[in-house]
Amino acid sequence: MNWIAIGAIADIPRRGARCVETPQGKIAVFRTADDQVFAIEDHCPHKGGPLSQGIVHGVAVTCPLHNWVISLETGKALGADEGAVRTIPVRVDGERLFIALEALASKAA
Amino acid sequence: MTEKLVIIGNGMAPGRMLEHLLEAAPDRYAVIIFNAEPRVNYDRIMLSPVLSGEKAFEEIVIHGDGWYIKHGITLYKGHRIVAIDREAKTVTSDHGVTESYDSLVIATGSVPFIIPVPGKDLPGVLTYRDLDDVNAMLLAAQSRAKAVVIGGGLLGLEAAAGLKERGMDVTVLHVMPTLMERQLDPAAGYLLQKAVEARGIKIMTKANTKAIFGNGKVEGVELMDGTIIPATLVVMAVGIRPSITLAKEAGLEVNRGIVVDDRMRTSDPAIMALGECAEVGGHVYGLVAPLYEMARIAAARLADGEDRRFVHSDTPTKLKVTGIDLYSLGDFADGEDREEIILRDASAGIYKRVVLQDNRIIGTVLFGETADGAWFNDLKKKATDISEMRDTLIFGQAFQGGVSSDPLAAVAALADDAEICGCNGVCKGKITGAITGKGLTGLDDVRAHTKASASCGSCTGLVEQLLKLKLGEAYNPAAVQPMCGCTSLGHDDVRRLIKAKGLKTIPAIMQELEWKTSCGCAKCRPALNYYLVCDWPDQYADDYQSRFINERVHANIQKDGTYSVVPRMWGGVTSAGELRAIADVVDKFEIPMVKVTGGQRIDMLGIRKEDLPAVWADLGKAGFVSGHAYAKGLRTVKTCVGTDWCRFGTQDSTGLGIRIEKFMWGSWTPAKVKMAVSGCPRNCAEATCKDVGVVCVDSGYEIHFAGAAGLDIKGTEVLGLVKTEDEALEVIVALVQMYREQARYLERIYKWAKRIGTAEIKRQILDDTSKRKAYYERFVFSQKFAQVDPWSERVSGKDKHEFRPMASVGFAEAAE
Ligand SMILES: Cc1cc2nc3c(=O)[nH]c(=O)nc-3n(C[C@H](O)[C@H](O)[C@H](O)COP(=O)(O)OP(=O)(O)OC[C@H]3O[C@@H](n4cnc5c(N)ncnc54)[C@H](O)[C@@H]3O)c2cc1C
Ligand code: SF4
Ligand code: SF4
Ligand code: FES
Repeated sequence: MNWIAIGAIADIPRRGARCVETPQGKIAVFRTADDQVFAIEDHCPHKGGPLSQGIVHGVAVTCPLHNWVISLETGKALGADEGAVRTIPVRVDGERLFIALEALASKAA
Repeated sequence: MTEKLVIIGNGMAPGRMLEHLLEAAPDRYAVIIFNAEPRVNYDRIMLSPVLSGEKAFEEIVIHGDGWYIKHGITLYKGHRIVAIDREAKTVTSDHGVTESYDSLVIATGSVPFIIPVPGKDLPGVLTYRDLDDVNAMLLAAQSRAKAVVIGGGLLGLEAAAGLKERGMDVTVLHVMPTLMERQLDPAAGYLLQKAVEARGIKIMTKANTKAIFGNGKVEGVELMDGTIIPATLVVMAVGIRPSITLAKEAGLEVNRGIVVDDRMRTSDPAIMALGECAEVGGHVYGLVAPLYEMARIAAARLADGEDRRFVHSDTPTKLKVTGIDLYSLGDFADGEDREEIILRDASAGIYKRVVLQDNRIIGTVLFGETADGAWFNDLKKKATDISEMRDTLIFGQAFQGGVSSDPLAAVAALADDAEICGCNGVCKGKITGAITGKGLTGLDDVRAHTKASASCGSCTGLVEQLLKLKLGEAYNPAAVQPMCGCTSLGHDDVRRLIKAKGLKTIPAIMQELEWKTSCGCAKCRPALNYYLVCDWPDQYADDYQSRFINERVHANIQKDGTYSVVPRMWGGVTSAGELRAIADVVDKFEIPMVKVTGGQRIDMLGIRKEDLPAVWADLGKAGFVSGHAYAKGLRTVKTCVGTDWCRFGTQDSTGLGIRIEKFMWGSWTPAKVKMAVSGCPRNCAEATCKDVGVVCVDSGYEIHFAGAAGLDIKGTEVLGLVKTEDEALEVIVALVQMYREQARYLERIYKWAKRIGTAEIKRQILDDTSKRKAYYERFVFSQKFAQVDPWSERVSGKDKHEFRPMASVGFAEAAE
């Protein structure tokens, strides 16, 4: 596993998200109200909306374009909608955040 | 092999027939429909509420496009069938489409009768039959000029009430001495006339139209006695004729209508007819109840089901003008062998008359109080001998046999086979059976399962009482729609409790009001955030994580994830310097699209999120601030050039627009607010379809509100006329503050106004000056905290994290 540092947890607002740019596209890194951190592709399974710009509630985000609700844990659309985005492993080490880039590389391959 | 069923006409009768047929024999036919009207099947009865503005067209659609797709039905919209070839068994439309059939159903309805007077073809002369007529009337009504309705029957009066509601000055011409003489006796006709006149509609009886005149378009109506009535709109509502030409040309037997037997067969065994175009047993019909019975019979026959036969019965007539209660049924002419019982209560505006023959009811007219209509109808239908209760009969059901005057008890006392919904022929037992059997809990459920009260809606009260009877406490007619899945409270309760309990943060609300989720959802959080911003302007810290992205980054997200930016141009006025600055920004940031918006602004589209602060910095240097084109807040005040330039201008509309915009920008509202100021009634700024509009006139400023020109189209209501610019500003500000404090999140002004009622808004804003002042002052106070330019804040570093990626990783590896 190749963990790459992306910054500190304080960089992300609670119930918010930031983007990480990678050659394979953007990753959205979320921080929930209780400081859990998740990373998923920043690309809604519906029509590619930027999930990082959505409203974060519980462990889910609502896409800003057409309101699909995506689980941050599984990447799957919740409710009646069907679809999923790739989830990326995250590790919180004290204040520091790391993501596992292989997950991305394997996608590019 | 499936048989081909072709239907000509897509009105209410064949629509209902298909519902029955799909239930009984879903796969038997391949169904093809031709409809001259270019649309799906809708509730024609409800056109009057659409005309008056109580309903939108979408609300009266019976079968949406999806329904036809789901059932594999081909619907040719806007195709009029011009020929039936009975030999070849084909029909051909005016667009040249030919389809063959195994079975053909003719359901062409009726055409309005046009009185053959000179001028009947002038532009501005309309009939009242379909949505196109309603749209044409709505367009004409925008002038708020004079309209004449010819015909004082059901349709004519509904048209008149609708046009009046839309601000026209309406006169009804009726050829007979009293209104609705075919359904009402003269006494009730007189009361009806009084009630209609009380709403400001003029009525002329014994008025015989001689000609409609005008040069190129309608200018007025001339009566036989020489009277001239000026009008820019004339609606003819003098009756209908079954639409039989097509059937006649095909050689089918026709009389007044297309002649069918009691199973809806025409003289050709492969062809059936139903609806208003059909004549059965010598009768033609113009109300839906018998047409729905025809639909049931035709469907049974097509499905080879039960052998149902059509029997004539009287259908009650009700007028659908809000506030006028009228019910008439059966025969009430005077006669040797007839007796009548009458009740009059002039002060309460009530008149009731029951006509008896051999101690049995044969006719009923009720005016002013119609709750007993169903009961009288039931007695009549069953030919009940009423001699026992003769003395109290007219007082209604509540007076009989110890039943108390409690309306619930009265409904409880109705027999199971008593008819509740006349339009759809639904009896009490069927409704109560469905409530218990299917576990129904609300009006919409009952409508979906039994159709009771789903057509003209006048039996809604009875259905609600049945629900109450069966469900007891569990039935709460005012049951509110919860805000979202996180709570069982509705918006209004939440707003009330925020104030009452002094809740000042989102977590406090969720704790105190027992939210079911830990931190809400994307529906409730933005709503709660708005309510707090509005209610505690000086104490609440706006929670940006509970705002939609557009409001969080102060730009509009586009489908590709880029943003658009609209700088404020006060009142739509700009300058060479501003335009030059915009041009420079467009070049510098290679902005792919620049567009002029409907609100007189310039929109720059396709900006990358990272570039937003730099774009704003450059715009800010030229003096621009945010145009809030993304906000649930004050968007734009559109203006015309008014007295500054226009030869028609009566006031400085541009100046007033700018003044309003400078006063109100930055305020958050439940939904977006768009305004306009026009310098005269020519209304070049289109103020009469805005959330708030001003139309300047010589004597002052006419304040308009509650218009819409989006998903719904609705002309504004007039709040009132004020004399000075200062008053205009105060009234508008107070109105918007009332809306801010009362509306539900995302509820536009026109929907809020419909809920609260124009009269109440007028009372609080125009009549009650101290209320108005208080609203005004609360708005002014909240502006102290709202009028901060969000763009310059962000240029100076606020919310930096929003506009930059957190990190860029992995690029080196990928390059290999
Ligand atoms: C404003 C208004 C208010 C009303 N209020 C009430 C009320 O309160 N209670 C009540 O019971 N009834 C009311 N009615 C009457 C009721 O709406 C009608 O009885 C009912 O809609 C008739 O249904 P239908 O299917 O026979 O015909 P329609 O609904 O008229 O449908 C006929 C359709 O066939 C189409 N058509 C005609 N010729 C052709 C052709 N050659 N080829 C293809 N298509 C063709 C027409 O365009 C039309 O769409 C009201 C009617 C109006 C207009
Ligand atoms: S609304 Fe009247 S004043 Fe304004 S531009 Fe049009 S005609 Fe002129
Ligand atoms: S009309 Fe529809 S497509 Fe056009 S901008 Fe508005 S929402 Fe988008
Ligand atoms: S793109 Fe996300 S909901 Fe449509």
